[in-house]
Amino acid sequence: MAKEKNQRKSPDETQYQAIQQEKEIKRPIIQNCIKAFFVGGLICLIGQVITTFYIYFFDFTEQTAGNPTVATIIFITMLLTGFGLYDKIGQFSGAGSAVPVTGFGNSVISSAIEHRTEGFILGVGANMFKLAGPVIVYGVFAAFVIAIIKTILMKWMGL
Amino acid sequence: MIFFWAFVVGGIICVIGQILMDVFKLTPAHTLTTFVVFGAILDGLGLYEPLIDFAGAGATVPITSFGNSLVHGAMAEAEEHGLIGVVTGMFEVTSSGISAAIIFGVIGALLFKPKG
Repeated sequence: MAKEKNQRKSPDETQYQAIQQEKEIKRPIIQNCIKAFFVGGLICLIGQVITTFYIYFFDFTEQTAGNPTVATIIFITMLLTGFGLYDKIGQFSGAGSAVPVTGFGNSVISSAIEHRTEGFILGVGANMFKLAGPVIVYGVFAAFVIAIIKTILMKWMGL
Repeated sequence: MIFFWAFVVGGIICVIGQILMDVFKLTPAHTLTTFVVFGAILDGLGLYEPLIDFAGAGATVPITSFGNSLVHGAMAEAEEHGLIGVVTGMFEVTSSGISAAIIFGVIGALLFKPKG
Protein backbone atom coordinates (compact mmCIF):
# COMPACT_ATOMS: atom_id res chain seq x y z
CA MET A 1 0.00 0.00 0.00
CA ALA A 2 2.69 2.46 1.02
CA LYS A 3 4.82 1.38 -1.93
CA GLU A 4 2.03 2.08 -4.41
CA LYS A 5 1.56 5.49 -2.88
CA ASN A 6 5.25 6.25 -3.33
CA GLN A 7 5.23 5.25 -6.99
CA ARG A 8 2.42 7.60 -7.79
CA LYS A 9 4.26 10.62 -6.46
CA SER A 10 5.53 13.20 -8.90
CA PRO A 11 9.19 14.27 -8.74
CA ASP A 12 8.07 17.59 -7.30
CA GLU A 13 6.32 15.81 -4.53
CA THR A 14 9.34 13.70 -3.57
CA GLN A 15 11.51 16.79 -3.66
CA TYR A 16 9.03 18.60 -1.44
CA GLN A 17 9.06 15.76 1.03
CA ALA A 18 12.85 15.74 1.16
CA ILE A 19 12.88 19.46 1.92
CA GLN A 20 10.11 19.05 4.45
CA GLN A 21 12.00 16.34 6.26
CA GLU A 22 15.15 18.41 6.27
CA LYS A 23 13.43 21.52 7.60
CA GLU A 24 11.38 19.71 10.20
CA ILE A 25 12.11 21.13 13.62
CA LYS A 26 13.90 18.59 15.77
CA ARG A 27 12.02 18.10 18.97
CA PRO A 28 14.19 18.80 22.02
CA ILE A 29 13.30 15.51 23.67
CA ILE A 30 15.45 15.78 26.80
CA GLN A 31 14.31 19.31 27.52
CA ASN A 32 10.67 18.33 26.98
CA CYS A 33 11.07 15.39 29.32
CA ILE A 34 12.51 17.57 32.08
CA LYS A 35 9.65 20.06 31.70
CA ALA A 36 7.10 17.23 31.69
CA PHE A 37 8.70 15.74 34.79
CA PHE A 38 8.52 18.93 36.82
CA VAL A 39 5.07 20.07 35.74
CA GLY A 40 3.62 16.56 36.03
CA GLY A 41 5.30 16.07 39.37
CA LEU A 42 4.01 19.41 40.60
CA ILE A 43 0.43 18.57 39.60
CA CYS A 44 0.70 15.26 41.46
CA LEU A 45 2.19 17.07 44.45
CA ILE A 46 -0.80 19.43 44.52
CA GLY A 47 -2.98 16.34 44.24
CA GLN A 48 -1.20 14.84 47.22
CA VAL A 49 -1.83 17.98 49.27
CA ILE A 50 -5.54 17.78 48.40
CA THR A 51 -5.55 14.03 49.19
CA THR A 52 -3.98 14.64 52.58
CA PHE A 53 -6.57 17.32 53.23
CA TYR A 54 -9.40 14.87 52.50
CA ILE A 55 -7.83 12.13 54.62
CA TYR A 56 -7.49 14.36 57.67
CA PHE A 57 -10.68 16.40 57.51
CA PHE A 58 -13.22 14.13 55.79
CA ASP A 59 -12.18 10.64 56.97
CA PHE A 60 -11.23 9.18 53.62
CA THR A 61 -8.60 6.45 53.41
CA GLU A 62 -5.49 6.43 51.26
CA GLN A 63 -7.29 4.28 48.66
CA THR A 64 -10.61 6.16 48.54
CA ALA A 65 -9.25 9.70 48.78
CA GLY A 66 -8.31 9.51 45.10
CA ASN A 67 -11.92 10.15 44.03
CA PRO A 68 -12.61 13.50 45.70
CA THR A 69 -9.07 14.55 44.78
CA VAL A 70 -9.78 13.91 41.10
CA ALA A 71 -13.03 15.88 41.30
CA THR A 72 -11.29 18.81 43.01
CA ILE A 73 -8.48 18.83 40.47
CA ILE A 74 -10.97 18.84 37.59
CA PHE A 75 -12.69 21.81 39.23
CA ILE A 76 -9.39 23.70 39.37
CA THR A 77 -8.81 22.71 35.74
CA MET A 78 -12.15 24.24 34.80
CA LEU A 79 -11.09 27.59 36.20
CA LEU A 80 -7.66 27.43 34.54
CA THR A 81 -9.17 26.37 31.21
CA GLY A 82 -11.86 29.03 31.37
CA PHE A 83 -9.36 31.81 31.95
CA GLY A 84 -7.15 30.49 29.16
CA LEU A 85 -4.23 29.64 31.41
CA TYR A 86 -4.26 25.90 30.82
CA ASP A 87 -3.31 26.27 27.16
CA LYS A 88 -0.21 28.15 28.18
CA ILE A 89 0.78 25.52 30.73
CA GLY A 90 0.10 22.85 28.11
CA GLN A 91 2.32 24.50 25.52
CA PHE A 92 5.13 24.71 28.03
CA SER A 93 4.94 21.26 29.53
CA GLY A 94 3.56 18.91 26.86
CA ALA A 95 2.75 15.58 28.45
CA GLY A 96 3.33 17.01 31.92
CA SER A 97 -0.12 18.59 31.87
CA ALA A 98 -1.76 16.11 29.48
CA VAL A 99 -1.16 12.86 31.36
CA PRO A 100 -2.59 13.84 34.78
CA VAL A 101 -6.38 13.92 35.15
CA THR A 102 -6.15 17.67 34.51
CA GLY A 103 -5.48 16.86 30.84
CA PHE A 104 -8.62 14.75 30.69
CA GLY A 105 -10.62 17.49 32.40
CA ASN A 106 -9.15 20.13 30.14
CA SER A 107 -10.06 18.23 26.97
CA VAL A 108 -13.67 17.85 28.14
CA ILE A 109 -14.07 21.41 29.39
CA SER A 110 -12.30 23.11 26.50
CA SER A 111 -14.45 21.26 23.94
CA ALA A 112 -17.52 22.23 25.93
CA ILE A 113 -16.55 25.91 25.93
CA GLU A 114 -15.39 25.87 22.34
CA HIS A 115 -18.64 24.49 20.95
CA ARG A 116 -21.02 26.57 23.01
CA THR A 117 -21.73 28.84 20.03
CA GLU A 118 -23.36 25.84 18.30
CA GLY A 119 -25.93 25.62 21.08
CA PHE A 120 -26.10 23.70 24.30
CA ILE A 121 -27.54 20.44 23.01
CA LEU A 122 -25.79 19.92 19.69
CA GLY A 123 -22.74 22.01 20.56
CA VAL A 124 -21.79 21.49 24.20
CA GLY A 125 -23.58 18.20 24.75
CA ALA A 126 -22.53 16.50 21.54
CA ASN A 127 -18.92 17.66 21.42
CA MET A 128 -17.94 17.47 25.06
CA PHE A 129 -16.35 14.03 24.80
CA LYS A 130 -14.93 14.48 21.33
CA LEU A 131 -11.35 14.35 22.62
CA ALA A 132 -11.85 12.47 25.87
CA GLY A 133 -14.15 9.87 24.31
CA PRO A 134 -11.44 7.44 23.15
CA VAL A 135 -9.98 7.40 26.66
CA ILE A 136 -13.30 6.33 28.16
CA VAL A 137 -14.18 3.92 25.35
CA TYR A 138 -10.94 1.96 25.39
CA GLY A 139 -10.53 2.25 29.13
CA VAL A 140 -13.92 0.65 29.65
CA PHE A 141 -13.36 -1.99 27.01
CA ALA A 142 -9.93 -2.94 28.33
CA ALA A 143 -11.26 -3.01 31.89
CA PHE A 144 -14.13 -5.23 30.71
CA VAL A 145 -11.80 -7.76 29.05
CA ILE A 146 -9.39 -7.79 31.98
CA ALA A 147 -12.13 -8.12 34.60
CA ILE A 148 -13.78 -10.96 32.64
CA ILE A 149 -10.49 -12.85 32.38
CA LYS A 150 -9.71 -12.28 36.04
CA THR A 151 -13.18 -13.33 37.17
CA ILE A 152 -13.04 -16.52 35.13
CA LEU A 153 -9.59 -17.34 36.47
CA MET A 154 -10.68 -16.69 40.04
CA LYS A 155 -14.11 -18.32 40.00
CA TRP A 156 -13.57 -21.39 37.88
CA MET A 157 -9.89 -22.09 37.92
CA GLY A 158 -9.62 -21.39 41.62
CA LEU A 159 -6.62 -19.09 41.43
CA MET B 1 7.78 11.52 52.50
CA ILE B 2 4.66 10.62 50.53
CA PHE B 3 4.78 14.13 49.05
CA PHE B 4 8.23 13.47 47.63
CA TRP B 5 7.22 10.13 46.10
CA ALA B 6 4.01 11.62 44.71
CA PHE B 7 6.13 14.21 42.93
CA VAL B 8 8.69 11.73 41.61
CA VAL B 9 6.29 8.97 40.51
CA GLY B 10 3.87 11.45 38.95
CA GLY B 11 6.77 13.11 37.16
CA ILE B 12 8.09 9.81 35.84
CA ILE B 13 4.67 8.82 34.47
CA CYS B 14 4.51 12.16 32.66
CA VAL B 15 8.01 11.64 31.24
CA ILE B 16 6.91 8.27 29.85
CA GLY B 17 3.99 10.11 28.24
CA GLN B 18 6.35 12.72 26.79
CA ILE B 19 8.57 9.99 25.35
CA LEU B 20 5.56 8.28 23.75
CA MET B 21 4.59 11.62 22.19
CA ASP B 22 8.07 12.73 21.07
CA VAL B 23 9.94 9.55 20.22
CA PHE B 24 7.07 7.38 18.98
CA LYS B 25 5.17 10.38 17.51
CA LEU B 26 1.83 9.46 19.08
CA THR B 27 -0.91 12.07 19.30
CA PRO B 28 -1.98 13.06 22.85
CA ALA B 29 -5.21 11.11 22.37
CA HIS B 30 -3.27 7.95 21.49
CA THR B 31 -0.93 8.49 24.43
CA LEU B 32 -3.78 8.90 26.91
CA THR B 33 -5.62 5.87 25.54
CA THR B 34 -2.44 3.79 25.85
CA PHE B 35 -2.06 4.97 29.43
CA VAL B 36 -5.59 4.07 30.42
CA VAL B 37 -5.31 0.59 28.93
CA PHE B 38 -1.93 0.19 30.59
CA GLY B 39 -3.37 1.23 33.96
CA ALA B 40 -6.15 -1.31 33.54
CA ILE B 41 -3.63 -4.06 32.77
CA LEU B 42 -1.48 -3.11 35.78
CA ASP B 43 -4.49 -3.34 38.06
CA GLY B 44 -5.46 -6.66 36.48
CA LEU B 45 -2.05 -7.94 37.53
CA GLY B 46 -2.56 -6.46 40.99
CA LEU B 47 0.33 -4.02 40.69
CA TYR B 48 -1.48 -0.69 40.80
CA GLU B 49 -2.70 -0.82 44.38
CA PRO B 50 0.80 -1.14 45.85
CA LEU B 51 1.80 1.84 43.70
CA ILE B 52 -1.02 3.94 45.20
CA ASP B 53 0.08 2.92 48.71
CA PHE B 54 3.62 3.92 47.81
CA ALA B 55 3.08 7.16 45.87
CA GLY B 56 -0.41 8.37 46.81
CA ALA B 57 -1.52 11.08 44.41
CA GLY B 58 1.49 10.32 42.21
CA ALA B 59 -0.45 7.24 41.15
CA THR B 60 -4.06 8.44 41.50
CA VAL B 61 -3.73 11.74 39.61
CA PRO B 62 -2.26 10.50 36.28
CA ILE B 63 -4.83 9.13 33.84
CA THR B 64 -3.56 5.55 34.39
CA SER B 65 -5.59 5.52 37.61
CA PHE B 66 -8.72 5.79 35.48
CA GLY B 67 -8.05 2.33 34.01
CA ASN B 68 -7.17 1.11 37.47
CA SER B 69 -10.43 2.24 39.04
CA LEU B 70 -12.50 0.86 36.14
CA VAL B 71 -11.04 -2.61 36.73
CA HIS B 72 -11.36 -2.12 40.48
CA GLY B 73 -15.07 -1.33 40.34
CA ALA B 74 -15.70 -4.21 37.94
CA MET B 75 -13.81 -6.68 40.12
CA ALA B 76 -15.47 -5.59 43.37
CA GLU B 77 -18.90 -6.20 41.89
CA ALA B 78 -17.77 -9.38 40.11
CA GLU B 79 -16.82 -10.94 43.41
CA GLU B 80 -20.43 -10.59 44.54
CA HIS B 81 -22.41 -11.24 41.39
CA GLY B 82 -20.07 -13.09 39.04
CA LEU B 83 -19.72 -12.11 35.38
CA ILE B 84 -22.77 -9.79 35.41
CA GLY B 85 -21.00 -7.75 38.06
CA VAL B 86 -18.25 -6.89 35.58
CA VAL B 87 -20.74 -4.79 33.61
CA THR B 88 -22.76 -3.39 36.50
CA GLY B 89 -19.78 -2.42 38.64
CA MET B 90 -17.63 -0.87 35.92
CA PHE B 91 -18.20 2.78 36.86
CA GLU B 92 -18.64 2.24 40.58
CA VAL B 93 -15.26 3.72 41.54
CA THR B 94 -14.62 5.96 38.54
CA SER B 95 -17.88 7.86 38.72
CA SER B 96 -16.32 10.91 40.42
CA GLY B 97 -13.88 11.67 37.59
CA ILE B 98 -16.42 11.39 34.80
CA SER B 99 -19.26 13.12 36.63
CA ALA B 100 -16.92 15.92 37.70
CA ALA B 101 -15.75 16.33 34.09
CA ILE B 102 -19.35 16.50 32.81
CA ILE B 103 -20.63 18.79 35.57
CA PHE B 104 -17.73 21.22 35.41
CA GLY B 105 -17.75 21.03 31.61
CA VAL B 106 -21.32 22.30 31.50
CA ILE B 107 -20.67 24.90 34.20
CA GLY B 108 -17.57 26.01 32.33
CA ALA B 109 -19.54 26.34 29.10
CA LEU B 110 -22.10 28.46 30.95
CA LEU B 111 -19.53 30.71 32.59
CA PHE B 112 -16.85 31.20 29.97
CA LYS B 113 -16.80 32.35 26.39
CA PRO B 114 -14.47 30.73 23.85
CA LYS B 115 -11.20 32.62 23.33
CA GLY B 116 -9.45 33.39 20.08
